[in-house]
Amino acid sequence: MPIMSIEDFSFTYASAPARSLNNINLPIMKNSITALIGPSGCGKSTLLRSLNRIHDLYPGNDYEGRLMLLNAQTQEMENILDIKRENEFIALRQRVGMIFQKPTPFPMSIFDNVAYGLRIAGIKNKTELADRVEAALKGSALFGEVSDRMNKSAMGLSGGQQQRLCIARAVALKPELLLFDEPTSALDPISTAAIEELIVELKKDVSIAIVTHNMQQASRISDYTAFMYLGDLIEYDETEKIFLNPKEKKTEDYITGRFG
Amino acid sequence: MRLTLNKIVLLLSTISALIGLAFLGWILITLIAKGLSSFHISLFFKDLIDGGLRNLIIGQFIIAGIASLIGIPIGMLAGIYLQEYGRGKFVRLIRDLSDIMMSAPSIVIGAFVYAVVVAPTGGTSGFAGSIALAIMMIPIVINTTDNMLSLVPIELREAGMALGASKYRVILDVIIKAAKVGIMTGLLLSFARIIGETAPLLFTSETSNYFSLDLTEAYPSLTVSIYNLANDPTSASRDLAWAASFILTILVLLINLVGRYITRHKG
Repeated sequence: MPIMSIEDFSFTYASAPARSLNNINLPIMKNSITALIGPSGCGKSTLLRSLNRIHDLYPGNDYEGRLMLLNAQTQEMENILDIKRENEFIALRQRVGMIFQKPTPFPMSIFDNVAYGLRIAGIKNKTELADRVEAALKGSALFGEVSDRMNKSAMGLSGGQQQRLCIARAVALKPELLLFDEPTSALDPISTAAIEELIVELKKDVSIAIVTHNMQQASRISDYTAFMYLGDLIEYDETEKIFLNPKEKKTEDYITGRFG
Repeated sequence: MRLTLNKIVLLLSTISALIGLAFLGWILITLIAKGLSSFHISLFFKDLIDGGLRNLIIGQFIIAGIASLIGIPIGMLAGIYLQEYGRGKFVRLIRDLSDIMMSAPSIVIGAFVYAVVVAPTGGTSGFAGSIALAIMMIPIVINTTDNMLSLVPIELREAGMALGASKYRVILDVIIKAAKVGIMTGLLLSFARIIGETAPLLFTSETSNYFSLDLTEAYPSLTVSIYNLANDPTSASRDLAWAASFILTILVLLINLVGRYITRHKG
């Protein structure tokens, strides 16, 4: 079952003369990992960043089509492009979390980092905050490493730990969908392996979309793969099929390393 | 050939650096020699009317302090606007104007405040002095805030918004914290800059021989008094001017050192 359904979706940047995404149709399946791959400039990050409407930080961008997100309560699909009010955006971003390419710890303590979104969401009760921070850190395989220095600055953590902290920060809000934008491209191989393991672990509770330029990573962790090229979705299928038996010539050329 | 040229350039730049340093050393040595011989700890406990500097030092800090209370909030908010909210031509215009303001001659700012504050209110006052210093300070604070915020990576803003925080929350909770050390240093340096100013105070606050907390009248100022004392024919006055210059230099130096310390150890 899809948690999100991208329908006839196009996107144009404010300053761009032409569309960056052309008529994309793509499901993001529930409790699965969907990888978006393709060469630089293919629009994979642009698409990912549409799914929580983080583009709206910058004015003048143009969305067309529908981005239907499953409402867990009503089991109905709702178009997130209809969102206009501030409190609706806040609710959307609590449901659809995002992890960035570079770790983005805030200049505050480890605890306050993970509690940040929770406090924004209006949770003030200290026991509840502490419980949810601990649960999020455990869920992100970081608790054991930081339990004795929760009040120390998060800036002192290693790059890999910082990235897991950012995952914990997003997980703390119990999102339904998590968006990963090349989450390991700034990390060493050991930290990368830890993050990949964590992402696979997370799909029990949350649906995941991940942008990666690392095809091995896509084949290792994802259940579905979408290959994009120059703003078009070329092919979408189960990851195994995309990598072993692609239907499109372009997909084959890309995954065999002929371009990109 | 290349090596010779290298040596010549090295020699020339070393000499130039030494010339710069020599003048700085000369100023300091003169100040210490002349200032220290007239310096006495009792200067801190007597007002100018009794031959001390107490009222002038306190007055200078109060005028600069009130200028900071006016200038820092306005400058910081404007800096935040430029970096976080404003867009397009308007922002470029304000940045340019602010840069021009930074190099505006301080005597002109003094004359301006004389025309718009001192003349209409009927006389020099501590407030007028603070306003003049605040006008000097605002573009410096704008520039510092703007620059320091621009160093905070864009991803941090996006990360904050991606957790559901509104823009102003992200700015207050995350962005300013991330730029805190740089902004703090900049604020201290801008304070150090205005506390040593004379020209903006010359015909706005003037100075006074007495201790005063009444900012609606001519107000004691260390720098203006240095100017007056240096023009005084008696040698006692000139000695006092040297002592005051010495104290002022040490104060400005200390504030600068604190600023540098913060950058180095908290950054």
